[in-house]
Amino acid sequence: MTEKIIERVAGRACVVRGSDIDTDRIIPARFLRCVTFDGLGEHAFEDDREQAKGDHPLDDERFEGACILIVGENFGCGSSREHAPQSLMRFGYHAFVGASFAEIFAGNCTALGLPCVTLAEADLSALMDSVEMDPEQEVVVDLASRTVRHRGGSLPAGVRDGTRKALLEGSWNATNVLLEAGQEIEARARDLPYTEGFRSQGP
Amino acid sequence: MTSPRSLFDKVWEAHAVRELPDGQTQLFIGLHLIHEVTSPQAFAMIEEMGLPVRFPGRTFATVDHIIPTDSQLRPLADSLAEEMMVALETNCRKHGIPLFDTASGHQGIVHVIGPELGLTQPATTVACGDSHTSTHGAFGAIAFGIGTSQVRDVLATQCLAMAKPRLRRIEVTGKLGGGVYAKDVILHVIRQLGVKGGVGHAYEYAGPVIEAMTIEERLTVCNMSIEGGARVGYVSPDETTFDYLKGRTYSPEGAAWTRAVDWWRSMATDPGAPFDDRVEFAGADIPPTVTWGINPGQATGVDEPLPALSSVPDDERPGFTEALTFMGFQAGQPIAGTPIDVAFIGSCTNGRISDLREAARVAKTGQVAPGVRTLVVPGSQEVARQAEAEGLDQVFKAAGFDWREPGCSMCLAMNPDKLVGREMCASSSNRNFKGRQGSPTGRTLLMSPAMVAAAALRGEVTDVREIL
Repeated sequence: MTEKIIERVAGRACVVRGSDIDTDRIIPARFLRCVTFDGLGEHAFEDDREQAKGDHPLDDERFEGACILIVGENFGCGSSREHAPQSLMRFGYHAFVGASFAEIFAGNCTALGLPCVTLAEADLSALMDSVEMDPEQEVVVDLASRTVRHRGGSLPAGVRDGTRKALLEGSWNATNVLLEAGQEIEARARDLPYTEGFRSQGP
Repeated sequence: MTSPRSLFDKVWEAHAVRELPDGQTQLFIGLHLIHEVTSPQAFAMIEEMGLPVRFPGRTFATVDHIIPTDSQLRPLADSLAEEMMVALETNCRKHGIPLFDTASGHQGIVHVIGPELGLTQPATTVACGDSHTSTHGAFGAIAFGIGTSQVRDVLATQCLAMAKPRLRRIEVTGKLGGGVYAKDVILHVIRQLGVKGGVGHAYEYAGPVIEAMTIEERLTVCNMSIEGGARVGYVSPDETTFDYLKGRTYSPEGAAWTRAVDWWRSMATDPGAPFDDRVEFAGADIPPTVTWGINPGQATGVDEPLPALSSVPDDERPGFTEALTFMGFQAGQPIAGTPIDVAFIGSCTNGRISDLREAARVAKTGQVAPGVRTLVVPGSQEVARQAEAEGLDQVFKAAGFDWREPGCSMCLAMNPDKLVGREMCASSSNRNFKGRQGSPTGRTLLMSPAMVAAAALRGEVTDVREIL
């Protein structure tokens, strides 16, 4: 079973500036009181938006309908809550462009088929300025060619080889890939002395 | 003779099922811990895929994030929390997974009960849908915090697809001064290396200061690895590790114990093992440390001022100013003397018996200052029983502290324990993010449990060395 092949995400973009934006800010913990991810979209960045009193990029009508979120450094640090990318995805973002991403957040995104790509500092800064000046333009996150394209040109984008391959081949649901190991899993378990409570003498 | 290797390399190799087509490794997971917040969707996913739990005996559950710390009577007053409880109970029953609920006598924060039950063992792989899973590295386990889709992966396959991180050795030399704790060591490491310094790395903590630490102190250090960006942090196992594990509920016994210790020793980091890089800190340079900002790297010594604006690099100034504005601080001001409204002692970082003992040592020297709200929350039912047997609960109560039931409490405010408005909280937890403790404008100062107790007594941030 394969998932959707993700070669590129194209559309309008939104810019959220700032470094070290953590997952508590993306989705405050009180919204984790749920047994499904349904309905998380409307609470994305809720407290930040509330405090910005309408002056938050997610509430800026110029960015309405954007499907790409452009962010700074270490985006998604903190809690492992998959609720964070789930809420952004349900808000409408299907790709992330940033200076860098926290590891667990990036892994959670891959598991949902959402690419996270990085740009060099100067390129990211130019892209942010360009999108803020002209939010109507189309931005393309292109995994196939490893680029982010916008009105100002084509920028080389960083993406881990394995992640790119998984998204391009539609093999980003790791469960299906891991199941292909079949009985090798049980064989590996048997080789570890602790799985039998150290009862046997070992090899 | 084989060349020297790190524990990390040995454990990685021993658990590698195969290399995956995308270049990652399929790793077998020895211990999977689950709780009520990040598991219900994962069970729904495997059911939708028609898959069973592959190794039900390797997953253990507890309830911690949502549980109230005043009354834990069912049904819980919060209907959403009750629904999550029921979902966890139903999933565990259906799939044959042991659940340490409040009736079991072993309920507690997932990263407190794994170690105390002897579930967490050296040279194993551990995964849990919680970023503080790095805690279990204190035993020389390689422990990963994971998201819900990965909880699904582990339930369905007992494996994770992982890219091998780089390995950094962090050595803490010499010894710590009085009134300086494991919490100060890790806050200092994060302050120096930054909150993203460890991205893509696993940390091996070593050196005389780490070697001299108890397991509980090592748990505190490893717990906050993720706050420095490192998903994995560990200490290679030694006699301290084995002594702690002997006789625990899930520890091997008799001849199996001897074989276990032999194997654990063989998996420890060899002298001369290679690392991608090394960083050294002198224990004597580490002060009692307090965060002043909105991420755990924004910290200072309790006897030092906040950084001056001129000392902050240009590209970090927007974040620096944002943090100062949120906290209501000025660049260059002292942190000591900052008035507090709330004192919170607990969490997976500092909710263990040794933390409560140290806090109680301070608490018994005085009374909680007027107007300060306090919460002392044991990390587990076992910690609570031990503390009550030692009379620590009485020490806290006599000093005016509120002694509560076990849970995550005000670390993340998914339960009724929350800051209100702009309250300033001296907290022994792990995150000072905006809104983390339940009020969007609430403010958090991270510090050791003894420092929290000192702040509670004086009503302001206080150098605990003045009291001890």
